[in-house]
Amino acid sequence: MFRNQYDSDVTVWSPQGRLHQVEYAMEAVKLGSATVGLKNGTHAVLLCLKRAASELAAYQKKVIPIDTHIGISISGLTADARILSRYMRTECLNYKYSHDTLLPVTRLISQLGNKMQVCTQRYDRRPYGVGLLVAGYDDQGPHIYQTCPSANYFDCKAMAIGARSQSARTYLEKHLDQFHGSSLEDLVKHGLRAVRDTLPNEVELSIKNVSIGIVGQDLDFHILEEDETGAYLAMIEGEERRGGTGGGGGAEGAAPPLREEAGDQEDPQDPVPAVAMDTE
Amino acid sequence: MAMVSSESTPYFPDYGTTAPRTHHFRPYAENGGSVVAIAGNDFVVIGADTRLSAGFSIYTREQTKLFPLSKTTVLGCSGCWCDTLTLTRILSARMQMYEQEHNKIMSTPAAAQMLSTMLYYKRFFPYYIANILVGLDTDGKGCVFSYDPIGHCEKSTYRAGGSAGALLQPLLDNQIGLKNMLNVKDDPISLERALAILKDVFISAAERDIFTGDSIDINIITKDGVKKDSFELRKD
Amino acid sequence: MSFSNIDAFAAPPLWRNGPSPGAFYNFPNMQSKTSGFVEHSQSPVTTATSIVALTFKNGVIIAGDLLGSYGSLARFRNCPRILKINDNIILGAGGDYGDYQYVKDLIEQKIIDEECLDDGFNLKPKSLQCWLTRIMYNRRSRFDPFWNNFVVGGLQDGVPYLATVDKLGTAYEDKAICTGYGTHLALPIIRDTLQKNPNLSEEEARALVVKCMEVLFYRDAHSYPKYQIGVVTEAGVKIEGLVDVNQKWDLAHMIH
Repeated sequence: MFRNQYDSDVTVWSPQGRLHQVEYAMEAVKLGSATVGLKNGTHAVLLCLKRAASELAAYQKKVIPIDTHIGISISGLTADARILSRYMRTECLNYKYSHDTLLPVTRLISQLGNKMQVCTQRYDRRPYGVGLLVAGYDDQGPHIYQTCPSANYFDCKAMAIGARSQSARTYLEKHLDQFHGSSLEDLVKHGLRAVRDTLPNEVELSIKNVSIGIVGQDLDFHILEEDETGAYLAMIEGEERRGGTGGGGGAEGAAPPLREEAGDQEDPQDPVPAVAMDTE
Repeated sequence: MAMVSSESTPYFPDYGTTAPRTHHFRPYAENGGSVVAIAGNDFVVIGADTRLSAGFSIYTREQTKLFPLSKTTVLGCSGCWCDTLTLTRILSARMQMYEQEHNKIMSTPAAAQMLSTMLYYKRFFPYYIANILVGLDTDGKGCVFSYDPIGHCEKSTYRAGGSAGALLQPLLDNQIGLKNMLNVKDDPISLERALAILKDVFISAAERDIFTGDSIDINIITKDGVKKDSFELRKD
Repeated sequence: MSFSNIDAFAAPPLWRNGPSPGAFYNFPNMQSKTSGFVEHSQSPVTTATSIVALTFKNGVIIAGDLLGSYGSLARFRNCPRILKINDNIILGAGGDYGDYQYVKDLIEQKIIDEECLDDGFNLKPKSLQCWLTRIMYNRRSRFDPFWNNFVVGGLQDGVPYLATVDKLGTAYEDKAICTGYGTHLALPIIRDTLQKNPNLSEEEARALVVKCMEVLFYRDAHSYPKYQIGVVTEAGVKIEGLVDVNQKWDLAHMIH
């Protein structure tokens, strides 16, 4: 798609200061179905849209519990996510074994970031092709973190990643100021509406294609059962869909080249998929 | 054992030899404690005293020796306390790994088998612990698994272990097993009677065994979960 | 490699130079000697005596004297062994002083690493205690123990916390903990006082510790009249240097 002479492996810089292989890996995140994470003062919630590989297959699991206080939802290569979740689980277990307390979420994320960064700086590696939303609760309250294949991570109030997730982010940005003081029930409803905004018009949310993970004060991370999910879905049923309907997040929306500097004239121009370290 | 002076030998470098010294470091400690477990048809009770001691000194009077592994499984440990701390930490990590790998909580018989292999793995440097693992099996029936330090595992319906184990097991054989008696009816034991016997045997143990006393922690496991109870013993 | 006489009967290694099933493993950094004898354990050399510690209403107090004994020789007279770990943990140590200094370096490095993360999380006493049990148990399992008793005091989420770890990794929490001769001489006094008044104030707790150190000075031959008291409360950690035992020898001339 963007093939050029500077993307042979991750250690090759383009003259514009880009690492194309890393940026391509960022695109892998947008291939996965959307997932949304948001938090209030006491809880963090993950919601995601599940896809089935075919009519014959079950819906792919998208929410993975890491420890009693942390869970992740994934978008991108599921297989890579499994490796990362195994790493996170091991780190949590080791910390619990040696310190008798739960690993603070920020520490886990920075360790994970370090692990993922290695793959963006060695020619014999490839970046992890998966984006994570991490929901956790520790002494500093609830957290939502986003991690990227570029090994960047962000502490978020709310975030959505995956296919057509721009619509979800639009919804989240619009209602951002309501989240902090809201009840857990309202929080989940906001999350579901954000997820719903990523759907094409003809598709509806159902207990089969949505999964919800919750963690919070005195509440271990758990994935809601189908009947609980159904109860939340019933609450937002029939509401008019807000926000734009899709179109935003996908790779098809490649931005035009951002800059053309004078000194670069003789060099072939790199195609520019998006911003250098896009957080989508 | 806490006395440094009693264990140190005078050190005279001028008179030292290169001959190997007998090393008098003992990696095990006997920290006492007794565990008793009784299973019924739909429950199991396990009790352990809360005295942690070494020789004639009592380290603490309120150390629970019962470790919940899941909602239906509890492990009682007595013996070398440092081994107990290590074993139970590894066990709870293994329980969590199992849950994450298999998306279900380990059943009591599975935990019992895992404990056996974990103990035998240390066959030549064993955990010096008398373990009693209790819980409900997949049919909801109470079960008791008892171990020797190197992983021999036996399933039964009642068991006493630890420093007063040899004192209490015959008592349980008589009261619960109804061994060597004529004209007795082997009815399933009720929870009330199990609790009463549990408390009685600990009172007797505290009279005769200096490593057992202070109080007992009791866990009552039914299908509704683990209920906790405690009971005071003599403190001398 | 070690225990070569046993090896003759043991199962062969699982792969070449690998571990053999059930054998004592060769841990990294452990040299094996060719003589067939491996001197794993040492006995303590320069030793420090008891630690006295108890919790009071809103904190924990720990005391230990400054003497480093060399066998029965009172050799080093300025060996402080009450250590501030961070703003809510103090540590007291008895036993081999060199081992203590080594472990102290490990802990201090751990605290520095944590400060470098600068993520707003501070080590809690329970975590330190658990970590110490792992260190001590690991060394005892290698037959090369740190010959120490550690007492960890601090505030665990605002609640006074006191626990100890010995050279095997044996660990427990209690409201009053003493090590060494303190187990026999000071602990009964403290337990008695706590039974009568479970909620001591800081002043009462300090007076009790002073009393215990006095008793220990008179009866423990390895004690010393200068000691330190460490206190941890909500206000932070303070370590009082060089408290003197109030000695009374006016009866001495009566004793022949």
